[in-house]
Amino acid sequence: MPSTRPTRSDAVDLSDRPRLARHVRLSFCRTRQRPILQLPETVVVLNASGATILELCDGQRTVAGIVSELGARYQTVPDDEVQRFLTRLAARRCVEISG
Amino acid sequence: MESPFGLLAELTYRCPLACAYCSNPLNMADYTDELTTPEWRRVLGEAADLGVLQCHLSGGEPLLRRDLVEIVAAANGLGLYTNLVTSALGLSRPKAEQLRAAGLDHVQVSIQADEQAVSDRIAGTPSFRRKIEAMALVKELGWPLTVNVVLHRQNIDRIADVLGLAEEVGADRVELANTQYYGWAWRNRDALLPSRAQLEAAEVVVRAARERLRDRMDVIYVIPDYYSRYPKPCMGGWAARQLTVTPNGDVLPCPAAQSLPLPRANVRDAALAWIWADSPVMTAFRGTDWMPDPCHSCDRRELDFGGCRCQAFQLTGDAARTYPVCHLSPDHGLVVDAVRAANGERPIDLVLVPRPHR
Repeated sequence: MPSTRPTRSDAVDLSDRPRLARHVRLSFCRTRQRPILQLPETVVVLNASGATILELCDGQRTVAGIVSELGARYQTVPDDEVQRFLTRLAARRCVEISG
Repeated sequence: MESPFGLLAELTYRCPLACAYCSNPLNMADYTDELTTPEWRRVLGEAADLGVLQCHLSGGEPLLRRDLVEIVAAANGLGLYTNLVTSALGLSRPKAEQLRAAGLDHVQVSIQADEQAVSDRIAGTPSFRRKIEAMALVKELGWPLTVNVVLHRQNIDRIADVLGLAEEVGADRVELANTQYYGWAWRNRDALLPSRAQLEAAEVVVRAARERLRDRMDVIYVIPDYYSRYPKPCMGGWAARQLTVTPNGDVLPCPAAQSLPLPRANVRDAALAWIWADSPVMTAFRGTDWMPDPCHSCDRRELDFGGCRCQAFQLTGDAARTYPVCHLSPDHGLVVDAVRAANGERPIDLVLVPRPHR
């Protein structure tokens, strides 16, 4: 069982292996036609690339791996943008980092 | 008008506890004709079609509904994130396992204080031990746990120990919510409203706990609006993001709005989509057009949406008045007087009027 490091205060590193927190659910809202993240008290409406990043957060891939996967799909994805997005979600405890 | 994100399903107003700060209506006997299981299933389906994504199962005590597991399964099947808001009385191991299997996502357990005698006194019934056991069970079954604590004059001095308890039981979140004054809390306001010194001491503790616990636990602190300069953005605006369905099927923008003199809208008589979009109870204070001055010309009207309509009504008798908590309100003196009295020679442990169990 890999240890889980909550990274509320730290930035997410390229070598980290993020995964969705257990109490968070990634799904699609038919009414809004947008991907969403469901949390205990709130909902985050995502854009397509945000949803793709989170789909790739399987606890196996590294952040660097996610960046290169996205690069293949979308051409231009600055890796610091992915890191910033995941750092924000880790701070809200939506994403956990397996060390 | 946007689609609503959350449905607060008040399954029953029956409750084993008798908390004097309860937000349930005083006329609980008017809500005993509870929606049936098929009716709730239909309401959940209509809510999901409307765009609802979160389903908060509350009450009263939702575990008193024998069909709670079926209701959870229905909500889960519709893709709703399900959140049980409970006293934990009745959360036996078999019941908890059934709810887990039905797909319940999250559990919020209330506690009235960190210490058995105080908690049981405020709850009006021996319950503390069972709550602690239920919290352990919630964690054991792998749910995220939120501990809910309503803060008031008679428990706010214990906030450090309350936080310690939440930490000890392994809570993922703790919600420390200062009492809002409607329902039974309005009736008990004098006994519940804390002093400024109590609040200031509590806020120091909360700030320190947030810093200390930031890697482990979310500490949510709902401010006491009688002590604020401006109102908070109640519900994110009237009928903007959330809707409430009461035990008998009335639809409201928030659980306290049953007290307002507005025409009823009920899921037994009309489609939820129509109620959300067009019923008078939803449109009465939606947006900013209804606002009187000083709200109407205020820069903050899109920030706080004029504050809480229900407490404005309780305080002034007119639900469309500027919320008297705001220092710009012509009725602000009503709040000033209440605060002044709470900071005078008033004992801490005035007698509380308990809400009845049904």
